[in-house]
Amino acid sequence: MKIKSEVDFWSGVVFIVVGLAFAIGATEYRFGTSARPGPGYFPVGLGLLLATVGVIELIGALGRERNEDDRITSPIWRPILVIVAAVLGAGFLLPRVGMLITLPFVIVLTCFATSDFKLREAFGLAAVLTLGSWLLFVVGLELRIPIMPSKI
Amino acid sequence: MDLFSNLATGFGVALTLQNLAFALGGVFIGTLIGVLPGLGPVPAIAMLLPSIYTLDPTAALIMLAGVYYGAQYGGSTTAILINLPGESSSIVTAIDGYQMARKGRAGAALAAAGLGSFFAGCVGTLVLAAFAPALAGIAFAFGPAEYAALMLLGLIGAVVLASGAVMKAVGMVLLGLLLGQINTDPLSGVERFSFGIPELTDGLGFVAVAMGLFGFGEIIGNLNRPPESREVFTRDVKNLWPTREDFRQAMPAVLRGTALGSLLGVLPGGGAILASFVSYTLEKRVSKTPERFGHGAIEGVAGPESANNAAAQTSFIPMLTLGIPPNPVMALMIGAMVVMGITPGPKVMVENPDLFWGLIASMWIGNLMLIILNLPFIGIWVKLLTVPYRFLFPSIVCFCVIGLYTLSNNNFDIYLAGVFAVIGFAFIKLRCEAGPLLLGMVLGPMLEENLRRTLLVSRGDWSVLLTRPISGTLIAIAVVMLVAALLPAIRKRRDNAFRD
Repeated sequence: MKIKSEVDFWSGVVFIVVGLAFAIGATEYRFGTSARPGPGYFPVGLGLLLATVGVIELIGALGRERNEDDRITSPIWRPILVIVAAVLGAGFLLPRVGMLITLPFVIVLTCFATSDFKLREAFGLAAVLTLGSWLLFVVGLELRIPIMPSKI
Repeated sequence: MDLFSNLATGFGVALTLQNLAFALGGVFIGTLIGVLPGLGPVPAIAMLLPSIYTLDPTAALIMLAGVYYGAQYGGSTTAILINLPGESSSIVTAIDGYQMARKGRAGAALAAAGLGSFFAGCVGTLVLAAFAPALAGIAFAFGPAEYAALMLLGLIGAVVLASGAVMKAVGMVLLGLLLGQINTDPLSGVERFSFGIPELTDGLGFVAVAMGLFGFGEIIGNLNRPPESREVFTRDVKNLWPTREDFRQAMPAVLRGTALGSLLGVLPGGGAILASFVSYTLEKRVSKTPERFGHGAIEGVAGPESANNAAAQTSFIPMLTLGIPPNPVMALMIGAMVVMGITPGPKVMVENPDLFWGLIASMWIGNLMLIILNLPFIGIWVKLLTVPYRFLFPSIVCFCVIGLYTLSNNNFDIYLAGVFAVIGFAFIKLRCEAGPLLLGMVLGPMLEENLRRTLLVSRGDWSVLLTRPISGTLIAIAVVMLVAALLPAIRKRRDNAFRD
């Protein structure tokens, strides 16, 4: 038996793992009875149901012939790492140093997600977007966003 | 008749200067995000939410609604001119619309999409005005069992009508329901799956998850695709007016698309995307010359575009009358209403008639604005399409980050969206659609509460869901839908329909 469809196989694995994790985690909460369902009643049921769906999916993904269309091609890591780093970085910086420092940093970093950017363009874009965001969100909509580094 | 006096009230509200301005702002933003590929109404509305909380609720909802149906108009422009769906409900429009553009008929395609959308929008609004009160009347008879059955129907609808594999969609709905279990149990007050993180006790932020999956995840997905050489037909948009022959071919498609869209929009789990897919399939089937499809058939543009706009209007029906969101956009609208002190459900119409009828009337006005914004002023949007993607995605990230922070003046939602960006990309790789997951997450807590109340009343007897007439009917419909989707013959045809 070989894996016929990699896409379906790994979807099945994810469903099983997540389903069981929720079901096992929910055993900490009172299950109750059907007449008086407790907080654990639904997560356990749903988790087991998801795991079952995962098993069906996984069995369906096995077969003799390999389906080349359903192979998982290896991702290009650069955009993943850059975008996630930029978003998490923004989460860390925004409340600490304010948007006037955070936004240029995030925008220039985000530009690195593709190889066809020019550094001058990135700085230009950062300047325009930061100014625009400040005018729109702070001056225009009067949202409460930290602007400058907070004094310690 | 009641309908007319109600609509008169509505127009009285919608035609004030303030509400006209917000409708215009909404449809303008909607067209903008519709035109821009990779930015849909969910992240856009999520970004707007924090800044509208201080507004008058009617004005705020008029604007948000405008963003939603405006996006349906804008999406077709991008689909036709650069073969990229500007908005996910325009995926099928790209098939024939782009081919028309390649043959120098971009103008006719844009006009067919625009005029079809306008007609469908007007009809959809009328359907909404006519049927919402009736449905709200029935809703007063709903108990927890009926609500639970309706939500089950919605979730199964989302599964059956999702465009991918049925089993995967079931898994995604269940995954969404489980993510919805991360909260404080409403009945016992027990904190579930919070791992001691205080932000998690209120549940995963729906907006943050949506932005992570659809905003950031899509960007990563787009950047992972090798850049294709796409011809952009932005210079030869002229001859907007379709020929007599075009009208003759497009008109029946518009009528069928409008009818389909109005119907499918009401279904929980349905909405604009689904309506456009079904309409395209239908047009191809009823056509005497199906071989023209894929090579620039005007019906393939007019039908789906009418359908998605009609569905965008009628999907307000379950939201306004039952308080149940049929799709993620409506879930955001419900969130907005709750924050502004309005409880969505059958009482809205009675307690806030100005808001209810004003919103409906504004949709008609908004559609009128959109047809002007999208046909005579098409040039502006065409210019926008020449902005390269390398400028677009940093801008989207920038606005999303600000939006996420201002949701609750807390950086937790930014981190959460960052995590879901990776998850969203994994879903793209595994070809799992994130739409059903989001719907499951939104309906999860509501479904659980209603099911548990049902079980409490029935002393643990699940069969009440079947024996009560309304809930029994709803469950029966759901079962028929699920069985139909799993039957091999229909399943094959359905797969073919989505593949084309």
